[in-house]
Parts: sequence; structure tokens; C-alpha cells
Amino acid sequence: MADLSIDFAGIRSPNPFWLASAPPSNSGAQIHRAFEAGWGGAVWKTIGPPVLNVSNRYGSWNYAGQRMLGINNVELISDRPLEINLREIAEVKRIWPDRAVIVSAMVESKREAWHTIVRQIEDTGADGIELNYGCPHGMSERGMGAAVGQVPEYCEQITRWVMEAAKLPVIVKLTPNVTNIVQPARAAVSGGANALSLINTVNSITGVDLDTLEISPSIGGKGGHGGYAGPAVKPIALNMLASVGSDEIARRLPVSAMGGIMTWKDAAEFLLLGARSLQVCTAVMHYGYRLIEDLCDGLSHWMDAHGFATIADVSGKSLHRISDFKNFDLSFRAVARIDEQKCIQCNLCYVACNDTAHQCIDLISPDGHIVQPYSYAVDSNGKHQASAFRAHPRVREADCVGCRLCYNVCPVDNCIKMVEVPSGRESITWEQLTQSNPAVAEDWEAMKEYRKKMGIHVH
Amino acid sequence: MEGLPRVQTSAPDRDFKKAFAEALPPLTAQEAMVEANRCLFCFDAPCTHACPTHIDIPRFIKKISTENLLGSARTIFEANLLGATCARVCPVQELCEGACVLGKEHKPISIGRLQRFAMDRIAGRERTAIVLAASTGRHVAVIGSGPAGLSCAGELARRGHSVTIFEKRTLAGGLSTFGIIAVREPIEIALAEAQMIQSLGVKIETGAELGGNLSLADLQQRFDAVFLALGLGSTPALNIPGEQFIEDGLHYVERSKLDPANISRGEKVVVIGAGNTAIDCATIAKRLGAAQVTMVYRRSAREMTAYPHEYDFVKKEGVEIRFLTQPMRVETHDGHVTGVVCIPMELDPSSAGRALARPSGGPEFFIPADQIVKAIGQQKPGLAAMLGLQTNGGFLRVNEHFETSLPGVYAGGDCIRAKNSASTVMAVQDGKLSAAAIHERIMRQAHG
Repeated sequence: MADLSIDFAGIRSPNPFWLASAPPSNSGAQIHRAFEAGWGGAVWKTIGPPVLNVSNRYGSWNYAGQRMLGINNVELISDRPLEINLREIAEVKRIWPDRAVIVSAMVESKREAWHTIVRQIEDTGADGIELNYGCPHGMSERGMGAAVGQVPEYCEQITRWVMEAAKLPVIVKLTPNVTNIVQPARAAVSGGANALSLINTVNSITGVDLDTLEISPSIGGKGGHGGYAGPAVKPIALNMLASVGSDEIARRLPVSAMGGIMTWKDAAEFLLLGARSLQVCTAVMHYGYRLIEDLCDGLSHWMDAHGFATIADVSGKSLHRISDFKNFDLSFRAVARIDEQKCIQCNLCYVACNDTAHQCIDLISPDGHIVQPYSYAVDSNGKHQASAFRAHPRVREADCVGCRLCYNVCPVDNCIKMVEVPSGRESITWEQLTQSNPAVAEDWEAMKEYRKKMGIHVH
Repeated sequence: MEGLPRVQTSAPDRDFKKAFAEALPPLTAQEAMVEANRCLFCFDAPCTHACPTHIDIPRFIKKISTENLLGSARTIFEANLLGATCARVCPVQELCEGACVLGKEHKPISIGRLQRFAMDRIAGRERTAIVLAASTGRHVAVIGSGPAGLSCAGELARRGHSVTIFEKRTLAGGLSTFGIIAVREPIEIALAEAQMIQSLGVKIETGAELGGNLSLADLQQRFDAVFLALGLGSTPALNIPGEQFIEDGLHYVERSKLDPANISRGEKVVVIGAGNTAIDCATIAKRLGAAQVTMVYRRSAREMTAYPHEYDFVKKEGVEIRFLTQPMRVETHDGHVTGVVCIPMELDPSSAGRALARPSGGPEFFIPADQIVKAIGQQKPGLAAMLGLQTNGGFLRVNEHFETSLPGVYAGGDCIRAKNSASTVMAVQDGKLSAAAIHERIMRQAHG
């Protein structure tokens, strides 16, 4: 049975799953219920200066009947008075000594203001402080949140102020709304932070109402960018996690990762790319605290199956595989192979390959001939004729570049496999090639010559 | 049926609407969205191949999922103007849904119900989804307003031709109106569909019967082409003693739609036959409250012409089916039916093709009944000889362009279709292809 407990920059929790600083961690009563459900920790919804919120603050991006693939919000930091939050933080921590209670904070960019809030948080008995440098709406207009996170100098300066006062571990939460997340991450390192967390929400507009032509959701006829989260942002979050984990300076700090974690599988992926704790928000907003059961259960089973004893064993296990294009093996070759027993003949691979990829899937009639689509007679009908005539897709492997589009569109699990085949060429990367033969990067004639020599045919 | 003894005449003491409510409820918008999104959007999809009218099914379903309901209806109408009827009466298990790639391991997409959803949502506004060409000034007569006639007329109207349908009955719609049990297609749907075809500019003259107040020669004079959608004849005779006490299944279905409050309602009903109409008759009897409904069929389950899903349906209704049973005579008492005497049959192993039945030599037996309905198929179209048209096995002979032996006279639907190849959707396709052939002919004449 895997040990899911973690020690994250000195903050201990029985499992790596923390509620992210967000609506599900808005009050003591909520967090109490979350801990009852089994959450390992909670990052309290950001406390700070007074705010007022608006209605219609959450927008949802739905696709093909799936709700909330992405959620956009313009909710601000906690709109509950500071002293109430501080009192409830203290109460929750007293009742739940084994759980991680981290307090997210954001105040005016003044040294004294940060010193004050740090002292107030530390007086509650909380386990850590998270600096919200990410909130992309509202607070940023007041010079806080993303307004700090987007400028590495501010990020470093404020972190330094906080570290002057803080005795508890301090986590700097980064915004994804930057060109390169490594810069603010390095700034946090320079400022003396104990840890990083990422990603905050992504700038976004959910949509436009096609009946009213208003922005959706409409806030009294207006709308604007908010923070985007949920399963749709997971690949963005994974990339940023990997970027930070691959940077020689930024990777000195442990990362608490978040961004679209819906299932234990997502969680495992974040861990493999270097996360040491995990935060969850949208999944809980959609389905409630009860999700923690399968997050822990599924992760634990997976760790057992792979022989991982602890979260630390998992953390970063796949990070060394992150690389750049220039280091990929140009001689690696894979082709798509369709399992004709599993194929249901939806022929989505055919149209994808034909209209997008390399036109290397043929339709084969039941009697083995290449046929064109829609070639049946107009008086042919009925399920028996339709199935007797139905063509199935087959890859012409010699022409397949292994792009993997067919694999991605196939609706049947394990029907299309990407099979590694020998290319007959020595392994070589772009970097190695261009060092030994710089002309190939500049001159098409040289490239053609190289391809000819190596037997590389691109059609 | 006039002249028949009424078993029991009752006031409408039950809610007929409820008894004959459509077997499947309409999909809600949410259900339709979920189902539409389940469709894989196959390329060159087998459902489209399996549909006799080749509706681009993935396309109309995708349009439901994008909430483009006008476009969805238009997609259906492009291939099939009688989408509302076909959505209800098509044997989808044998056609589109039977070919769905999700059917092998999962549940096929509910194509019929999605089509019905798209058709219900455009109801009353179909004209907005159908584009009409400019008038050609050519005139076509269509005989019969059943599915083949309506389809042909609508397709011709779409091409700008002026079309008049001549219908011998007082209501348009043919089989859809009179012969499809309300559980599968309510009469309102059939009548609305005929009105929709009229909204395309087609005229329908009812009470106009070929061989009665209409002559083919006259129509050939007045119109540039004629399309015969005559359907089939009446139920043949069983030629058994007491046949006058047997109710005709076609009339029985018709009355259940037009006048359910005054239909004869038996307690113990025997239905003779095992085709889809027999299944419908048994369903009606059951829905009207019969305690016992028994279908008798002289051959075995293998030879029955009812679709397997119809057979399953009627079994779930609680109907008993007795195979290898031949009715010999109707027993009556004081002018009331008391039952039917039958003999056991056996299959003749020497018969080629679909096995024939012969008496097994076993003793006669009696099935008590107070109502007997026969649904043993329909006679071949009777008008052929009178019209001087060549036939093929009793059905009107047409060439590959649906033209009969008389130039300019076309035919389609059940009147040209050999047994077991006829269905509403086939009739719709016949009407569509005939319209294309008629268009070709009369435009060639116009320019020639």
C-alpha cells in the first residue's frame, strides 16, 4: 500500500491533494467538510484587502455535451472580512492538526502591508503561506495578483519583503499569463521563497451569447476576461510545470502543481513531471469534495502497480524525458497499424489521413480491393448490404510518416497502434545533424542531397 | 367494417389517445443532444448506405448537436421528403440503426428518434427547409397520395413542375394515414405530411379514382407525365366457412385510427396471419383491452414476414402466437363468433425457398374467440389489366427508370414491388427516383 503522505517544504499532509485557493476553500465550514471527506490540505481562499464581487462570475466552456471542460471566473479574493477568515483558519487548524492549512494572501505592494499580513497568518497556527501573484482579473487592475506575477522584479521584491517577516514556509504562486514562466519562477528563487505553486488561471473570455450578442456570461450587459481553469488547461499547466522543473535555477524549489486535475491519472502525470504536492479546484467545483476518495484510491493503486512506495518516489520520474525538438531522434520511425478485428469501420482515420495527413490510408472492400468512398449503387440498401459492402481502412505503411493523427481520432481503444519500425538509419538529432552538416538548415539543395543519401522520402 | 356483427359496442370508456400513444416518446432537447453527441460522425457512413433513401445521417445528426435544426431538417429533406413518417415507421433495426458501427458492442445511435426530433422541430415550417426551383410550366399527374405519390409529387414540385395528386379516398396519405397503427404513426402526422407536400405547391384532389371518375387516357392528354402510386389491393379471401364473420385487418387498423371509439372490441381475439399488419392488428386488440389475443400462422417462425423487432414487440404486448396452425372454419352461435376451428400443419421439407406448410394429419382443434381478424397480405394491384399495363408477377412492370410499358406513365411504391421488398421508405425512394426520371423526360421534351 503506497504511502501518500508528503512533506512539502516542511508542510506535512496525509496525502498530496490540497484544495486550491479558490471558492471551495472559502470558509472554515467548507474546509472542515473537505477534511472530513479526506482532503490532505487546503490553501485558504486568498485573504487581503476589502473587495466586492459581482453576479454571473463563473462562465463555462462546454463542448459536445460535456459541461465545464473549462471554467472562467471573475471572482475576486475572499469577500469575507479578514478577521473572520483569520479566526476560522485558526479554528480549522486546531480541529485538524494533521492536515495542511496554507493561507493564500495578496495585499498592496507595500512592505509594511506584507509584513502585517504575514504576522496575522502566522498567528493563526497555519502551516504555510501562499503568495497570490496570479489572479488575472480585478485584483491585477489594483496592482496586485498577476500585476506582480507578470513582472519578475516585483515578484522578487515582494517575495523578499515577505521572507523578511515569515517564519512559515512561503509558496509563490505563479501566473501562466507570461511569455516564459521560468522568469518569475527564478525571481521567486531570488526573493528567497521556499516553494512554488503553478498554474494560476489563464486569461480568457468564455464566449459570446448568439441570441443577445452579449459576452457570456453577461455581467449586467458587460463581460471581460477572467481566469480560465479546468480540464482544458491541463496541457498548458503540464508544460509550465515541466519548464520550471527543467530550469536549473527554478527547479531548486519544490512545486505544488495544479491546472485541470480531474482524476488520479491527471494527478499522477503532474507528479511524474515534478510536482510534490497537488492542488485541485475545478473538479471540486463540478462534483464536490467526494472526489478525493478516488483521487487517493486510484493514485494509490497505480503506485502499487508500479512499485512506487512514496509520492517522492514518483515525483519527477518522467521529467528527464522532457527535451527540445533539436534533441529528438530524427531516425525514430513509427507507423500506424490498424487492428482489423477491433476496427468498427467508422473510417474517421481515413478521412483524417486523407484530408489532413499524408493520404496513406486506403479503403479496402471486403473482397480486398481499394475502393473509393460512397461507391455503392443507389439501389443498394439495408444493414446486410451496407455491412457486406463496408470498406475498412488500411495503412500503406511505406507512405505512412507516423504522424499519429489516425491514432488520435480512432474511437476504439487499442485499435490503431503506433508501431516502431526500423528506419535503417543511424540515430541522429537535428542538433547533431546541423553541427556536422550546417548547410541542410539553410539550403534546400543540401537538404535534398542529404535526404537522397539517407533514403528519406517525403511525399 | 359494415355488415359485420359487432361484438361489443362501447362508449369511449378509455383514453384512446393513451392506448394508442406512440410507442416511443419524443426525445427531449437534452436527450437529443446527448444522443447526437454520441454519434461518431462516421465517414461514408454505413447508416447512410443502409437507408434506402440514403439520407446523410451523420450530417443531420451533427447538425442537431450544433443546434442547427433548420439545417438538420434540410439535410433529411434533401434525400427524403417524408422524413416525419420514415422516422416513425422505418424498420430502423434492419436499416440505418442495424448498420450503425456502434451496434456491434454498444447501443446503436437512435437514428429514427433523432430524425423524428429534427422533423418535429421543423413541423409546420418545413417549407423554409425546402428550396423550390422556378416554375417549368410542365404538369404531372400523380395517382395516389401514399408515400410513393407524395414523395414523387414533392420531388417534382421541388424541380418547378406543377403537380396534381389524384386520391380516391377522402383523406390524403394512403398507408400512412389509414394503414399504419397509431402506436407507430398517429394520423395527425400523416395528414400534416400531406399538407407539407401541398405547401410546396402540389394540388391534391380527393375522391378522384382512376378507373372510376378518372381515365388514364384523359390524364395522358392533360399532363406531360403520369406517375402511378396505386399501392396494393384488398385482403384476399381465406375461402373458409364463416369468412363473413372475419374482420379485415386493414379495415380494423383503419378504424382504430379514424374512429377508435366505435371499433369492435373482442375479449378473446384471434388474428390470422403473421406479417407486420397482423402484428399491428394484435397490438390494437391488446391495447383495446382484449384479455387474450392469439395470432395463428400456418407456417413456422422462420417463414413469418414480420420483422424480428415487431415480433419481439408483440410478444411483450402479451400476444400469443401459434405457429403451424391453419384456420378451417369459423364457429358461431346466434350470429356471434365463438371461435375458430384449426388443424395442425407441418413444413414441407421438399419445398424450395421459403418452406410451404401442409396438414400434418393431426386432429382438428378449437380456439375460442369472440372476434377474428385476418391480416394475410394484400392482393396485387388490380388496375393493371384495365389500364393495359404489362405486369411482372402481378405487379406493374417498370424499367430501370420506373417507366411502365406505356411511355410517359411511371409507377412506384408497393404496386411495383414484389412481396417483402415493399416498405414506406422504399416507396419514398421509388417516388424520388421516378421524379428524377420524369423530370429528365419532360425537360428533354421541353427542349427537344
